[in-house]
Amino acid sequence: MKEVINLPVKNIEEEEYHINMGPQHPSTHGVLRLVVSLQGEIVKSLKPHCGYIHRGIEKMCEKDTYPQIIHLTDRMDYLSAHINNHAVCLLVEKALEVDVPERVKYIRTIVDELNRIASHQLWWCSFGMDMGGLTCFFYGLRDREKILDIFEESFGSRLLHSYYTPGGLMMDIHPNFQKGVKDFIKYFRKKIKDYDDLLTGNIIMQLRTKGVGIISKEDAISYGVTGPSGRASGFACDVRKHHPYGVYDKADFKEILGTAGDTFERYMMRMYEMRESMKILEQLIDNIPAGDYAAKMKAVIKLPAGEYFQRVEAARGELGVYVVSDGNKTPYRMKFRSPNFSNLSALDHISRGVKIADLVAIGGSLDYVIPDIDR
Amino acid sequence: MNSIFTYFTEIFHAVKSLLTGMKVTGRYFFSPWEIVTQQYPENRKTLKMYDRFKGEVVMPHNGNNEHRCTGCGICETACPNGSIEVIQNKIEMPDGKKKRIIDKHIYHLSMCTFCGLCIKSCPSDALAWGQEFEHAVFDRAKLTKILNKPGSSILKDIAE
Amino acid sequence: MNFSIYDFTSFNQWIDQFLRSVMSPFWAIAVEMVIIGLAILLFYALVGLFLVYAERKVCAFMQNRVGPNRVGPYGFFQTIADFIKLMLKELITIKNADQLLFNLAPFIIIIASFMAIAAIPFAKGLHAIDFDIGILYVIAVSSLGVVGILLAGWSSNSKYSLIGAMRSGAQIISYELSVGLSLLTIIILAGTMQFSAIVEGQANGWFIFKGHIPAFIAFVVFLISSTAETNRGPFDLAEAESELTAGFHTEYSGIKFAFFFLAEYMNMFIVASIAATVFLGGWMAFHVSGWNGFNHIMDFIPPFVWYIGKTFFVIWIMMWFKWTFPRLRIDQLLTLEWKYLLPINLVNILIMAFVVLMGWHF
Repeated sequence: MKEVINLPVKNIEEEEYHINMGPQHPSTHGVLRLVVSLQGEIVKSLKPHCGYIHRGIEKMCEKDTYPQIIHLTDRMDYLSAHINNHAVCLLVEKALEVDVPERVKYIRTIVDELNRIASHQLWWCSFGMDMGGLTCFFYGLRDREKILDIFEESFGSRLLHSYYTPGGLMMDIHPNFQKGVKDFIKYFRKKIKDYDDLLTGNIIMQLRTKGVGIISKEDAISYGVTGPSGRASGFACDVRKHHPYGVYDKADFKEILGTAGDTFERYMMRMYEMRESMKILEQLIDNIPAGDYAAKMKAVIKLPAGEYFQRVEAARGELGVYVVSDGNKTPYRMKFRSPNFSNLSALDHISRGVKIADLVAIGGSLDYVIPDIDR
Repeated sequence: MNSIFTYFTEIFHAVKSLLTGMKVTGRYFFSPWEIVTQQYPENRKTLKMYDRFKGEVVMPHNGNNEHRCTGCGICETACPNGSIEVIQNKIEMPDGKKKRIIDKHIYHLSMCTFCGLCIKSCPSDALAWGQEFEHAVFDRAKLTKILNKPGSSILKDIAE
Repeated sequence: MNFSIYDFTSFNQWIDQFLRSVMSPFWAIAVEMVIIGLAILLFYALVGLFLVYAERKVCAFMQNRVGPNRVGPYGFFQTIADFIKLMLKELITIKNADQLLFNLAPFIIIIASFMAIAAIPFAKGLHAIDFDIGILYVIAVSSLGVVGILLAGWSSNSKYSLIGAMRSGAQIISYELSVGLSLLTIIILAGTMQFSAIVEGQANGWFIFKGHIPAFIAFVVFLISSTAETNRGPFDLAEAESELTAGFHTEYSGIKFAFFFLAEYMNMFIVASIAATVFLGGWMAFHVSGWNGFNHIMDFIPPFVWYIGKTFFVIWIMMWFKWTFPRLRIDQLLTLEWKYLLPINLVNILIMAFVVLMGWHF
């Protein structure tokens, strides 16, 4: 006899299913795994799974001396390697109360801003690729190459430089450095128009990004979304402006705040920031004072026992370094407050109810670098 | 009437923005002199790296096969990754004193992160950056290099 | 007008008569079909390979790159090398996939594009079949491909594939409308659906010039909607590599993937040749009335070259689209069709009908 099975009646339209975006997926820019619950094409919720590229940098720092830590911080947010180095150097200098020469401060600020532009160029090209405009990728990388050439000439490497040391710099800048930067600014002022023509003004891009993935100012503050992503929501969080380091207090630049907090605003913030960075470069590049490229430091750097914290504005937001020292030449505990980790935490909140295509665009606009999230 | 007007202005602006984008790619299509690709294996002869380029750590030797390394081991302690091993030898000088000299300066290229701390910390400037960057080999053991050349000796004025 | 030197009609008749003289009419037709099949197959493979190469070069130049330049002069044999690689690759069997449909899907897609190519006139007399409803036939056959895409997505047992296939289903069914209606605009002007008659009708001026404003609008609409129908960027939602890794053909490998790949390029070739035939005069030379010397020079360029040149021009424009624009979202894609292209198209047909009635065309 045939048995009648009464299956529970399910409303198929309300059923959710899960897909894995990553760890191997073209749009996650690395090994981030997002478990996305979907209903049709609409994202219901999202769970980021971190740790696929966890290397234990914080723990490794505990066995390294302070000059050695620098080369590890390069490998966190590899796109703003100089700025990461800057945070550790500033912390050590603050703890030891060392006065670094003015020349060092100028060079560090200039190199930081160059690094920020390079990082935003890479963001722009990968954002364009996320949106499906593959040509953006090549234009962005083409212009980034100019900065990397300047870096290579002066510091010998293109991505992971380890150029700063506590108390100064590894070596002086190359004689061609200033000319190279000036040439780059001239070149990039022309090319950034292409960026606007190709992507910013494009109607498809505007339709896809405006009003999508809105972070309110309150949310930005409570999730700790900083950097251009936070400023797009109107959260005045520019460390360069509010807690100046280097010679940012001598440079005239604007902290541009957005209002909408959507994907397009986050996009525009970075486009503005590239122009502001070029403005800073133009002001500083001719005024580098003569002097030593490093302060006199002891051969073995020992931080006095205590806790220290230093923050800088990395390309993606506020990077904090926290050190507990017990007076040895290695730190007792080291903690990084990485901007990407906090920015990622808002992803679930803002991507509920959007489509998969929007999720990719939002992810691109938050501009996360996975090694910085996992460390 | 107003809504019809907006409908058409929207279309007009959309088409205009699309044409602006097409102008950019179209311009590059017709200007092949702006191509930036480097033809790498072909341009090997003319390819010159910047003089500060960090290819690998080398120990410069002069014409008499002399280097500047005293074998003090400061680079070994400065290296964050343990990619340098300095093996020392003790020899007896003619005047009866014992003196350390370098036997082998072993450099593991596979572990090096090119931070430059060894070169910066060397008190006698014995190490330098090499320009070689084609490091691909089939055997990992080949990445372990002995930097002081066989039969080399320390430069006289450094030794004293 | 002097087309006799490049007329293939007598050549075809000669072959037909020769075959009929040596064998029975049934076998003569069978042999003719085999010859045509082989010729189209060869043409199909060559054009497919060349289009892949052309796309790589075009996108490379738009992106300040050189493109393939290692295999052969200017990398010309790159696609052949790729094809050999794809032939030798392993065909991965997907666990829990519907094996029959999974294997059938690439063939459906490639047969759909193969059938469409039969009706296209390459030169005077150089077409497999001259239907009197040629346009209708091509539209009908080329839209069969969506069945293959849906089957590929459904049978792969993969969520990415399924989403891609469903997107593609919604997209192609809506954009069929615009393609059909924009061609209808020209059918009103031409008064026929037969490809050869449409081309003959453009002997004294291409339809895009003859029908001026409505024909130009129809051409633009056709270009947009046919780009969407072939699943190419900026309408490549079905594969959307940044969202769905590779969409409906995520799970395919080896030669089955190559079929999808080839079919995409051939579909592009087919819609480009329809655009060239219907709007740009097919194999007709470019003539300006009154300039007899100019017209005479133009006649010396063989019709086949005219046809290929126009087709590749349209293909180049479609590549230009793909390598410039970001991808649309699925709801915007449908908005574009239902709120913009379709109403414009309908009004455009009315305008065209009016223009033809009043005799305002050239």
